[in-house]
Amino acid sequence: MLEISKRNARSWSRIGARALYGTAFSAMASSNQNIIGMSADLGRSSGLARFASEYPDQFINTGIAEQNMVGTAAGLARMGFDVFASTFAPFASLRAGEIVRMNMGYMQEPVKLVALGSGLAMAFLGNSHYGLEDVGVMRTIPGLTIISPADCAEIVKTLLACVGFDRPVYIRLTGAINLPIVYEEDYDFQIGKAVWIRPAQPTTIVSAGSTVGHALQAIKQLEEDGKDVGLLNMHTIKPLDAEAIAHCVASSEQICVIEEHTSVGGLGSAVLQHINEFHPDYKGRVLLHSIKDRYVETGNYAFLLEVNKLDAAGIREFLKESAGVS
Amino acid sequence: MALNSIKEIELRRLIVQTAADCGESAHLGGCLSMVELLNVLFGSVLRHKPNDPLWDDRDIFILSKGHAVLGYLAVLHAYGYFSREKLSTFQQNGSDLIAHPVKKLSLGIESSNGSLGQGLSYGLGMAIGMRKRGQDHRRVFVMMGDGECNEGSVWEAVALAAELGVSNLIAIVDENRHRNDGVNTLYNSAGGPVLADVWRAFGWHVVEIDGHDTEEVHAAYQEILANNEKPGVIVANTVKGKGIGFMEDNNDWHHNRITPKTLETCLEQLDAEASDA
Repeated sequence: MLEISKRNARSWSRIGARALYGTAFSAMASSNQNIIGMSADLGRSSGLARFASEYPDQFINTGIAEQNMVGTAAGLARMGFDVFASTFAPFASLRAGEIVRMNMGYMQEPVKLVALGSGLAMAFLGNSHYGLEDVGVMRTIPGLTIISPADCAEIVKTLLACVGFDRPVYIRLTGAINLPIVYEEDYDFQIGKAVWIRPAQPTTIVSAGSTVGHALQAIKQLEEDGKDVGLLNMHTIKPLDAEAIAHCVASSEQICVIEEHTSVGGLGSAVLQHINEFHPDYKGRVLLHSIKDRYVETGNYAFLLEVNKLDAAGIREFLKESAGVS
Repeated sequence: MALNSIKEIELRRLIVQTAADCGESAHLGGCLSMVELLNVLFGSVLRHKPNDPLWDDRDIFILSKGHAVLGYLAVLHAYGYFSREKLSTFQQNGSDLIAHPVKKLSLGIESSNGSLGQGLSYGLGMAIGMRKRGQDHRRVFVMMGDGECNEGSVWEAVALAAELGVSNLIAIVDENRHRNDGVNTLYNSAGGPVLADVWRAFGWHVVEIDGHDTEEVHAAYQEILANNEKPGVIVANTVKGKGIGFMEDNNDWHHNRITPKTLETCLEQLDAEASDA
């Protein structure tokens, strides 16, 4: 049921990251009693309602109480359960941020905290619901792994990899329905190991989450015009894959970091900091293409990607205007 | 097991001596107010093995009012978790025994605390987990302060524990009626809510006692443990700074340094109390 195939990739893409999370979690947990799902009253909004009613012993709705959800999840994780606790990204990272810090950081309880609807996916619900600062906040917590899957197939791979993974993880789900497909067949997914979608070129994109798919579309269009751009899927934002960055540095004159996150503290900051520390002699340049440090205008998801130039057309425009690739 | 294999007065001596020896400020008032509550718990209620701190069938204790760590460390030492020499590293550079608990199972410290309002959620998760594992006989005890009950996250956990009927979760509120800045005016003030009533309103089994009367404390634990349906809370009326006259109800001793001269006074008072008893 969770195999990576063309057919599944298409049907998963249609329902999008949030519903696919519920589907994939339910498939995993229904055959493994050690897995517990938790939600701060967003089970219905993430495809978990049916699981909650069919497997009441493996699901806890804490009510609209994200702080207690994370603390209780930590206690359950301490007892050896694989706990996946989910709520919208700003509530998981900022509302419950200090509980994450104490329980998943300081005590390293291996909770899997699933941030739903991160980036701009909450669309008309507005900035109160957007997840544009979450990577920045979560990155500062020592010992916390941060994974941002590129598409629905990678969400499945991430969840499977997290079962039995004895460390705390923040899983950042981005993108809405009709999430662009990156993977149509099975591939090797390892936490902390970035995946090359296109080999490194003089211009290479490093991205994570939904923007990987949009960048891939832009690259395919450029390839039709005979232009090659590299694409690295840095699904694990923390810890960064140092080997993959070293390869970028060795092979590329320009490293373009593209993400659905504010320019402050996200993947772009992580890559810059890493290169500054470990490749101080890098002669190329690092360009960030992300969301400016502001609260953004509101609209549907396609509109938001368009005005923030994070859809395929916007990424092409960025590559042309800022990176000189056209 | 004897009701009081360790004397409360010995624990108070350890607290003031260790505080004085470290040469730094310590949270004395909130340590001294919970001595009886903690001593009865570790002496005759908690299922634990100090010589086997990782015993996998043990009960769990969480000091959610983490700033009272010195009282907790004194108890852990007195019951044999670690040596007097180890206790003497309290608030020394590089020591793992600092002003708030840092999780270290080999020392009997089950949880890192210091940020108030978090221990009950963590304990709730463990209590639920014990039940899911079929270990219903194991209990989780969470020591809290009434000042800590100002935190909203406390009530998130209180509500969920009641809804789920997690009866192996036991909270103890050391209600000394003070917080950092003085009297805890959010509860028990004229016209305001009575803290025990708030817990009761959420559906907890509430036992109100004098937190310095060891027989009452012991009976309260027995009553709570006899109840198998609801989570239980002991709301213990206590005196901040209990046992050292000039510290009692004196919030200057919420967090303060004991000089060698002050230590002499403290020990004289405790000696006088011991000879009266």
